[in-house]
Amino acid sequence: MTQPMLEVKDLNAFYGKSHVLRGVNMEIMPGEVIALLGRNGVGRSTTAKAIMGEVAPKGEIIFKGKPIAGLESHKISRLGLGYVPESRDIFPTMTVRQNLVLGIKDMKNPGKYTVDDMLDMFPNLRNRADNAAGVLSGGEKQMLTMCRTLMGDPELIIIDEPTEGLAPKIVQQIGDTIAEIAKTGVSILLVEQKLSIALRIANRVYVMGHGEIVYGGTPADFATRDDVRKEWLEV
Amino acid sequence: METIVFALLNGVIYGLLLFMLSSGLTLIFSMMGVLNFAHASFYMLGAYFAYTIMGATSFWLALFIAPILVGLVGAVVERYGLRKVHANGHVAELLFTFGLAYLIEEIVKIVYGKTAVDYKIPSLLDFPAFTIYGASFPAYRMFMLFIAIGMLVGLWFLLKKTRAGLIIQAALTHPHMVGHLGHNVPLIFMTVFGIGCALAGLAGVIAGNIFVTDPAMAVLMGPIVFVVVVVGGIGSLEGAFLASILIGLLQNFAVGISASFADIFWFTGLSPTSEIGDITVSSLAPVLPFLLLVLMLIFRPRGLMGEQEL
Repeated sequence: MTQPMLEVKDLNAFYGKSHVLRGVNMEIMPGEVIALLGRNGVGRSTTAKAIMGEVAPKGEIIFKGKPIAGLESHKISRLGLGYVPESRDIFPTMTVRQNLVLGIKDMKNPGKYTVDDMLDMFPNLRNRADNAAGVLSGGEKQMLTMCRTLMGDPELIIIDEPTEGLAPKIVQQIGDTIAEIAKTGVSILLVEQKLSIALRIANRVYVMGHGEIVYGGTPADFATRDDVRKEWLEV
Repeated sequence: METIVFALLNGVIYGLLLFMLSSGLTLIFSMMGVLNFAHASFYMLGAYFAYTIMGATSFWLALFIAPILVGLVGAVVERYGLRKVHANGHVAELLFTFGLAYLIEEIVKIVYGKTAVDYKIPSLLDFPAFTIYGASFPAYRMFMLFIAIGMLVGLWFLLKKTRAGLIIQAALTHPHMVGHLGHNVPLIFMTVFGIGCALAGLAGVIAGNIFVTDPAMAVLMGPIVFVVVVVGGIGSLEGAFLASILIGLLQNFAVGISASFADIFWFTGLSPTSEIGDITVSSLAPVLPFLLLVLMLIFRPRGLMGEQEL
């Protein structure tokens, strides 16, 4: 039986006295695209941050068979876990090219992508390669931050709300890009609110409510579950 | 004419010396979010370490080894002190650096005594570099200028032209993201703190023998360096550079002006023998940086090139 790429067991997390994650359980198999859905404030981003070591986790997080709960961020990243945060966090005063170079973890052993590969894949970024990243549009910034993470050659990428605040046409492009990344064999945990993009790309869907997973299934099954949609997603 | 040339040269040299201290302080501020009150203590350590090494070997060896030793002390302070205190917030960090400044001063007093040590300019550089209108300019000051320019170019190259420099700059503003990209942020912070302290140590090595190397040198230099960082704009290296040169020139030109208030405000009838009229511009030189600080905080709280207001 294939070992899961990522297993999360009984994950709890706190912000001060607030108990934000209340026993999250999920698993991601190699090459899978998982959409993590839910209303604002149910703990989706906190789940991503807890896995990546930005929020102190309580519980088990196992990546490729190794426990990673509580490890420092750079150690988690070097095991092969990439993270594209909701805030995008590009380095605004540096050029697009410099941002991409910083995605390489080790210059002696660079990943399978070069800066030129990324610029070939995204011609918009090539045109702006030597511009400060701070002047890019929202969609370009999102592309850049995903490319920068890819430069580190991750096996699993957690992408948090990539379409937040973007125009519908750009949302479509971002969706296509994530689908392209998935085709290269990289597993993806997509934290998303827009059902259309999540269901188009994902192999499986998790829905969160009140800090825990309340539903898990395939997009086909999810399409039949009006009860889940009404109770946990519709506003 | 020679007054202007010498004031210009001395102003630039003093300004670059201030930048050696303020560059490290402002980088460390970007990292910690608070001013390191012990920063000038590392300047003092540089001078004392150089004095000891020079006594056993030579000034030239001290010039290389003392800043490295100070940098290592700084790295240890960050790794085993500040990093642990950081978890308890900014007030704890600030108090820690306060305590550290006094601790270093007291240790220096115990080891080297309360009076100044005889840290001398190396004989190889103890001659006049050139003479203008009969006044000579010391070669050692030119040497300070070259060292300071070398430091400036080296720091610029490190931060702007190397990948390590890019990682440092990114880590100062987006530490979490840099960690997620696989870079060891705690190690970067320790390195930045060490480099900042080493630069302060280098300033101590080259300035300790031309000024005075005594346990009060940190207390004397510390406030000026804080002024530079605030006037330049907290967290801005470019601002720290501008402010360093500005304050260096301001102080050195002021020292060279012997006119009194009575001379300047003659039209008010101010008597040259009165307490106010007797004050000379040169006597105000030490006050000017603090006057600049006060004015800057009132009219431009983010400093010359800073992005955040105090």
